[in-house]
Amino acid sequence: MPADAILEVENIELVYNKSVQVLRGLSLRVPRGQIVALLGSNGAGKSSTLKAVSRLLSLENGELTAGRIRFDGQDTAGMQPHALVRRGLFHVMEGRRIFEDLTVEENLTAATFALSGRDLPRGGFDEVYGYFPRLAERRGTRAGYLSGGEQQMLAIGRALIAQPALILLDEPSLGLSPVLVEEIFTIIARINRDTGASMLLVEQNAAVALALSRYAYIMENGKIQMDGPSDRMIADQDVREFYLGQSDGAGARSYRDVKHYKRRKRWLS
Amino acid sequence: MSDWLFFIEVSLAGLGSGALLALAALAFVLIYKATQVVNLAVGELLMLGGYLFFAFAAGWGLPAWAAVPLAVIGGGLVGAVVERGIIRPMLGESAISVFMVTVGLGSVLIGLVELIWTADPRTLPAFISTKPLFLGEAYVSRKIAVAFAVAAVVIGIFLLLFRFWRGGVALRATATDQAAAYSCGINVPGVFSIAWIVGCATAAGAGILLGAIGGISPTMGVFGLSALVVVIVGGLDSILGALVGGLALGLIQSWTGTYLGGEYTNVVTFGILIVALMIRPYGLFGTHEIERL
Repeated sequence: MPADAILEVENIELVYNKSVQVLRGLSLRVPRGQIVALLGSNGAGKSSTLKAVSRLLSLENGELTAGRIRFDGQDTAGMQPHALVRRGLFHVMEGRRIFEDLTVEENLTAATFALSGRDLPRGGFDEVYGYFPRLAERRGTRAGYLSGGEQQMLAIGRALIAQPALILLDEPSLGLSPVLVEEIFTIIARINRDTGASMLLVEQNAAVALALSRYAYIMENGKIQMDGPSDRMIADQDVREFYLGQSDGAGARSYRDVKHYKRRKRWLS
Repeated sequence: MSDWLFFIEVSLAGLGSGALLALAALAFVLIYKATQVVNLAVGELLMLGGYLFFAFAAGWGLPAWAAVPLAVIGGGLVGAVVERGIIRPMLGESAISVFMVTVGLGSVLIGLVELIWTADPRTLPAFISTKPLFLGEAYVSRKIAVAFAVAAVVIGIFLLLFRFWRGGVALRATATDQAAAYSCGINVPGVFSIAWIVGCATAAGAGILLGAIGGISPTMGVFGLSALVVVIVGGLDSILGALVGGLALGLIQSWTGTYLGGEYTNVVTFGILIVALMIRPYGLFGTHEIERL
């Protein structure tokens, strides 16, 4: 295995409440500097995978029962979530999870704790405000009053403050209008290009995620179903049909011809 | 004219005890804000602070300038032990079970104090001069004036810290969303520890002041119930609410005690609680969740 991976996940099994198994032998890797997409339907275990990596799953009574996760070459077992953040692994959680009662600026201040031991770059929050001018305009506003798009910008802005080596992005498009989705993803691509931060991107919006990422994993029922370079995934017949909602057959077809469900089941098993 | 003077004196005394209420309420607020735990043992921690001072000052014969900080630090240590030993293992349990644990903790502390110092009331060695203080013509007990000044300064410092210090942001962030606080690199268990240590130290300090005014006894923790009324009326997560609520309740208790008779103070105190809860369930200054429409 090449040595330039920032994140290596090997055969992890995740159990919630000592009874519900969510991940069954999942493996993936994120090469340094690249964006990798993790796709899958609802309940496939995408968010759980990210929580396993950032170790936030301990807050939800989740436990890794097998496998290994290595970040930057080091095994993360036993590390506290905040310690991992301080080493450069930032998790932008699903649903934005900004601090609603704090102002925009205070939200960014909270993220400076991720820098412990390192210095905030000169210019302070200017880098964040440069990517998201709208946040600069509203820096004194309580974050709870921001629009959904602005809250997502703030959530990504907090990650920027931490100057991470790897950002875990969980559904940044959740609840946003198509225009905003495009804006946010354009900025995500820019951040990746400018700062060199690697990203593991979980998305429902497979079309956008595949366009942005270089490599993609598709998971079902707690394990990886297929993986490959994103451009090849886009061309794949099954991926097109099941995740992108496109089919090559022009014109109307009867349901009998499609047999969508059966084909999908066969593919999964 | 002398009626007015008397009224002012009663009011000043009320403000003094109100400041102590505010200080005890601050202990509630600090712990609640960080950990979402209503710590019903604050009253007993306050009592313990009084007894620690008694032990250092009367038992070991230490001067007040050494005994006061020692007793406050002792209170903080108890807070640290309680947080690590009892509260942290309960993390993730329902709020009501943690609440019940603090009720039990209060009883245990009363029992411990009675075992060590017996149940008899005691007077603290005097460390504040008894020479009366006059504001204009109005007489104020010097102890009450000192208590008021200390409480005002401490609460003022906390208000500033919460607004302008980075650690205050960490505490408020932790209070809003623990998982998100973790994800920002905030040491959440560390924040819990600090909140308990500082909260319990504050309670111990309030206990010393209260003991200096009225003496100490194992049952003086009942004062904590009045402070609980303050935080519920003022808002469980609001320092400003603790300050305003404490002063207001102190005034009201002092007025009713003087003009209506001592038996009315509790009726009025808890009457206020009921009315306040009916009008503003989240407290006068408490945050109610932001809802975007």
